[in-house]
Amino acid sequence: MEDEAFTDISGKPISLDCQSHSSFCREFIISSPKVSMGKVMVYTCSVWLLAYAVFFFTQNTAVLSGAILVTLVGMMLHIHFVKVDHESLLVIGSLGIQVSSSYASGREITTFIEMSKIKDIVINEAIYMHQIIYYLCVLLKDPSEPDAVSSVVPLFQVRMSISQEPV
Amino acid sequence: MVLKIFFPQCCNRAESGLLVGRWISGHDSAVVLAVIHYPFIPGQVKQYIQQMQAQSGVELTVLGSWSLPKEGQESMESFLRDLSTIFPQQRWLQVSRQMGKMGFIWHRYSLAIHPEEKVIFVHYEQRKVMLSQLHPTESGDPDPNTEPSSELKQVFQTVARSQPLFFLDRYDDGPLKSTHWQSEGREASIIVELLKQASVPLCMLISWLLALWTWISVSSVSCRIFSLYPLRFLSSKLSTCVQISYRTEHMRTLSSPKPAAGHKQFMRKGNILVSFLVDVGLGILLMSWLYRDDHIATLANMLMPAADHVAKELEELLQWLMGAPAGLKMNRALDQVLGRFFLYHIHLWISYIHLMSPFIEGILWYGGLSVCLGLTFALSLLSDMVALLTFHIYCFYVYGARLYCLKIYGLSSLWRLFRGKKWNVLRQRVDSCSYDVDQLFIGTLLFTILLFLLPTTALYYLVFTLLRLVVVLFQGILHLSVDFINSFPLFAMGLRIFRPYRLAEGVKFQVLCDEPGTALHLLMEINPLKCSTVVQTYRTPTYSCYPRDSWAALVKKLFVGELIYPWRHKSTKAD
Repeated sequence: MEDEAFTDISGKPISLDCQSHSSFCREFIISSPKVSMGKVMVYTCSVWLLAYAVFFFTQNTAVLSGAILVTLVGMMLHIHFVKVDHESLLVIGSLGIQVSSSYASGREITTFIEMSKIKDIVINEAIYMHQIIYYLCVLLKDPSEPDAVSSVVPLFQVRMSISQEPV
Repeated sequence: MVLKIFFPQCCNRAESGLLVGRWISGHDSAVVLAVIHYPFIPGQVKQYIQQMQAQSGVELTVLGSWSLPKEGQESMESFLRDLSTIFPQQRWLQVSRQMGKMGFIWHRYSLAIHPEEKVIFVHYEQRKVMLSQLHPTESGDPDPNTEPSSELKQVFQTVARSQPLFFLDRYDDGPLKSTHWQSEGREASIIVELLKQASVPLCMLISWLLALWTWISVSSVSCRIFSLYPLRFLSSKLSTCVQISYRTEHMRTLSSPKPAAGHKQFMRKGNILVSFLVDVGLGILLMSWLYRDDHIATLANMLMPAADHVAKELEELLQWLMGAPAGLKMNRALDQVLGRFFLYHIHLWISYIHLMSPFIEGILWYGGLSVCLGLTFALSLLSDMVALLTFHIYCFYVYGARLYCLKIYGLSSLWRLFRGKKWNVLRQRVDSCSYDVDQLFIGTLLFTILLFLLPTTALYYLVFTLLRLVVVLFQGILHLSVDFINSFPLFAMGLRIFRPYRLAEGVKFQVLCDEPGTALHLLMEINPLKCSTVVQTYRTPTYSCYPRDSWAALVKKLFVGELIYPWRHKSTKAD
């Protein structure tokens, strides 16, 4: 695998890993960078400083405990629902495609699409703010009409744009 | 094309024998259901397979051979090859495994002309796949003869229908020994068996009670009373009666002695039973709190002063309106008329309430007994009592709304006359029209009178509409909670939480072993349904109570003065 540096749409670096389990079974894993300690420290310090300032004026200790609770709950919700650790695409020949996202807290969401339901896998383009992004998506067959497309399933929540940088 | 073999995990360490299962047509895959061990007599194996096929309806065949040689046993290559001539098949699988190694070695001798085929072994847990139900389930009656086009659905159906195959365990003295998920011995729970035995007489008892109840309610004596229009109208408005008829329907569903046909029926019955039991349990809890420490007497003693207080507040409100409310100057004569009219009504109402006051405690005591039928009954009773106690507010609202509505219509029509236009009923539009002088004179006079009386009527209308909306809101909250208790699928949620493999949204695969030289091994696990999908799919349909109008339509109705009935009851029968 050549060493290409990939970046996210927002510019964060991500890495791609391809594993070939067999001649007809391959797995592609895209990993995002982990939660950075610096950002966590900055956020918690700012929230707590604000809480101290409010406490200084109002002398109400409920503000401090409220701030601690808010920081803890916010962090837990963030790593459980928002922060995607890695996403993988497992392609098994003549069985189907499995798309799985795994969050920073360990939660995994998996979807398996059978071969008989897949019409095609295409690269679709979309307009996102000021740029055009290309994303991979699966076209599903409509059960009643074999030729029509019933839904478009985008792969990889973490939007990827390839930028080749000379290494 | 890739050959897929669905292999049960329980047979990973089975002794050598024959693979029994089913080929899935159209998809180039096979489901292995059990392994029949050596020694066996081929004639008996064929007989057994035919018997199982007749019982289960699944096309069982011998798929091939499985060999797990123990230490010291020579490989039975030639013996295994000869087996394929005894059981003549189109395709014959020959799988073997070395103890200690993960991968299976796969040889294949087949009469078909495929030079090189790739193979995937998909390992599945037999018990979970047998009990699981893939969603979305087919609606309507599933025809057992048509095959679903999805491969996974066929695999799940095959395993689920082969239950007779799994009854043969190792303690049987028959000629054949097989390995499957139940071969260590069948387990059963005494409680479940006892419940199954007790359910038949219980169903008969419930259906007898239901027949008695329907006889009472439509018997010749009360038929004439109940079919009178006012009582029927009343019973359709009172939420307690609606709830009783709804629960009777449920009891009828539950008391049918036939076992549930299909997964949806089973879940529906389960949901109804569990939510009924929880309802009754909560009701009994409430009842035990009510009858302890003389709470009923306290409630009854609170009720009279509360009604008096409400009446006094209303009187004060009317006195305020009759004066100069919020600094507005009202038309004195109309003000006095309306104010005194409403005051007289309140006086009448309070007298009736005082007449009833000695009986309140008795009514509450006996009404409280009916709470044991469920918490939903208690809430419906409360809603009905609130409706009855605030009947005067409803009357005032209707009077005020009708007066206001009349005034608005009159004003709009006379305004058109003022401008020289007319409403054409035939064409449903506004046309110009030439009026006579006297018509114009009278019209303008009436218009002016109505216009200057508008603030007074509008104020009364506003006040009583607000009061009515408060009562409606409270009743709506009660109805929504009754609806929630009625329709929430507790059984399905419990199943999803404690046995997540029973309700499956799909499957997920995990690569187990990909050593080069052996076939690819995948582990198939069941992906359980999301909780929101569970609630959506298994909601019990109710006479649900939801807002009839959108916000814009409601505001428009309020402005024009039409009577609003914001909550609409949906009938359970499909239109």
